[in-house]
Amino acid sequence: MNTRALPLYATIAIFLVAYLICWIQFPAMLSTRVIGNLLTDNAYLGIVAVGMTVVIISGGIDLSVGSVIAFSGVFISVVLRDTSLHPLVVFPLLLAVTTLFGAAMGGLIHGLGMPPFIVTLAGMFLARGAAYMLTIDSVPIDHEFYDTLRRLYWLMPGKGRLTLLGIVMLLSVVVGMILAHRTRFGTSVFALGGGAHTARLMGVAVGRTTVLIYAFSGFMAGLAGIVFSIYTASGYPLATVGVELNAIAAVVIGGTLLTGGSGWVVGTLIGVLTMGLIQTYIVFDGSLSSWWTKIAIGALLLMFILLQKGLLALGRQQFAGTAQT
Amino acid sequence: MSAGIRRILPQLLTLLAVVALITAFFPSFLSVEMVDGRLVGSAIDVLKRGAPVALLAVGMTLVIATGGIDLSVGAVMAICGAAGAWAISNDYPLVAALLIALAAGLACGLWNGVLVALVGIQPIVATLILMVAGRGIAQMITEGRILTFSHDGFAFFGSGTIFGVPTPVILWLAVGILFTLLVRRTALGLLIESVGINRRASALSGVNATVLLVFVYMASGICAAVAGIVATADIRGADANNAGLWLELDAILAVVIGGTSLLGGRFSIIASLIGAMIIQAIDTGILLAGFPSEYNLVIKAGLVVIILVLQSPRLSPRISAALSRRRKEPAPAGSATEARE
Repeated sequence: MNTRALPLYATIAIFLVAYLICWIQFPAMLSTRVIGNLLTDNAYLGIVAVGMTVVIISGGIDLSVGSVIAFSGVFISVVLRDTSLHPLVVFPLLLAVTTLFGAAMGGLIHGLGMPPFIVTLAGMFLARGAAYMLTIDSVPIDHEFYDTLRRLYWLMPGKGRLTLLGIVMLLSVVVGMILAHRTRFGTSVFALGGGAHTARLMGVAVGRTTVLIYAFSGFMAGLAGIVFSIYTASGYPLATVGVELNAIAAVVIGGTLLTGGSGWVVGTLIGVLTMGLIQTYIVFDGSLSSWWTKIAIGALLLMFILLQKGLLALGRQQFAGTAQT
Repeated sequence: MSAGIRRILPQLLTLLAVVALITAFFPSFLSVEMVDGRLVGSAIDVLKRGAPVALLAVGMTLVIATGGIDLSVGAVMAICGAAGAWAISNDYPLVAALLIALAAGLACGLWNGVLVALVGIQPIVATLILMVAGRGIAQMITEGRILTFSHDGFAFFGSGTIFGVPTPVILWLAVGILFTLLVRRTALGLLIESVGINRRASALSGVNATVLLVFVYMASGICAAVAGIVATADIRGADANNAGLWLELDAILAVVIGGTSLLGGRFSIIASLIGAMIIQAIDTGILLAGFPSEYNLVIKAGLVVIILVLQSPRLSPRISAALSRRRKEPAPAGSATEARE
């Protein structure tokens, strides 16, 4: 068995066991209604986490995504309020802005040779500040096209609703999987995560790949912003504070190595769903307080990091004698 | 001594420039007067409001000097504030409440330090755990409410004055001086720098890198505890959700403005403290100027980018080579630091 895939199996096993426990206690948990809501409520997080997975596999980190989501919502709502543009025109415009924004951060990271952490921190300030400058109020989105989008769903057996938002998330996971595991770009990302120097020696265009990685993350953050604006039907510059942390947590719980070089996009989906499940369980239970979500997610994070650490140590023993980092 | 002044000269000049700019528009900025036995004025306000970030920056400087980072300080502030407020509202004596808060900070620091030094987890990840879970723990202590208290002794640490100077100002000055003496009058600072430059080489030459790493995270924890006490005492209540929110980022920014490289190595606590004051002066200046406070973030982003360009391992050798050809030692290449764990 491939030891590198163990975290992924562990993630899936934990999710199934957790769901089983929930189901034994509350049989209603295993209904398409709950599953449909799980997908809809976590749609924006899932989308942004796909972008984050690619960034983390490359050995980087993107702290700006939460702010970019907030900026997207504000941008859409303000443009829709002040102009007569159709949302279908505004969406590509926004995606272009956020993609360019991500690309610019990637360019800075490569061009300056600075840690992604601090560069995307500047991006985080900038995007949040730009959102504030557009408006400091919560702007409602009142457009019939938005009502249509919100009402689009597929009625699953058991009266569960698979909404458009849930479908968009599942689609982005599929796109992310193909991109990361089946394309030349994906291979470059994995190589970069293994070490920039080795990647360069292998012939990976490090600069181009870095720019593309953060551009992809910016695109996904923009898409998540669109989904979030449909979900809340408004734009608010203070929204989605700290979403970058949830996304990183979901990626790690999904079995991706935070040092880069190894990971699965599908694991991230499971990570997002596990975090959603904890919240749903607390809602079902009713007596547990909301802070247990944070503590449980922290404990899960610790467990997975320790698991990865152990597996890495195992892997090192197998290749004892080779160059150590 | 002249070398020490040259080290903090850029930060000092920046601070002076910011203050001069604000004073040019608002001549009243620097005026300080005594009202009811306490000093009042915008400049004093900057010193007081900058206290939490300044306190955090002291510990963060040491952590960053080892090549690490501590994302959890904001959450640790919330935990320590909540613990202190809990103790006070349960009629513990003041000293006990303070000790409980400080002990909570030390415990959090120990946890981070063990994860980084003994388990060998990357600092960003190790401290992320407490950053996520920490607010949950703080909420558990306050039971999800804003835990208010009325205890003048405890509130003294937030809103009291000593000889007219607000207590938070005295506190951050004292903590800053204490840690500066501790690391600069002993070999501790040198050893921390050596671990930051190359942990393996330091360990091989006999430096107990593990103990040093645990020490710096515990130092960061105790600084966060003092900052938590100040923040809690200031509003006479522990707010688990908002105490210290995003202050870790301001603290990191203060350290970076202070010229300490995120890649580890040489550090200066005084420069970080000046960095914290620069951030606070800009904040206050923007408010005074009547700009919406939203501009703060954009200006901070601009600041970070400027500093990044100046610190960049790829650009700075060229810049410094252009300035003078005397420096022989080139900055470490980016790839070498990336390969290091």
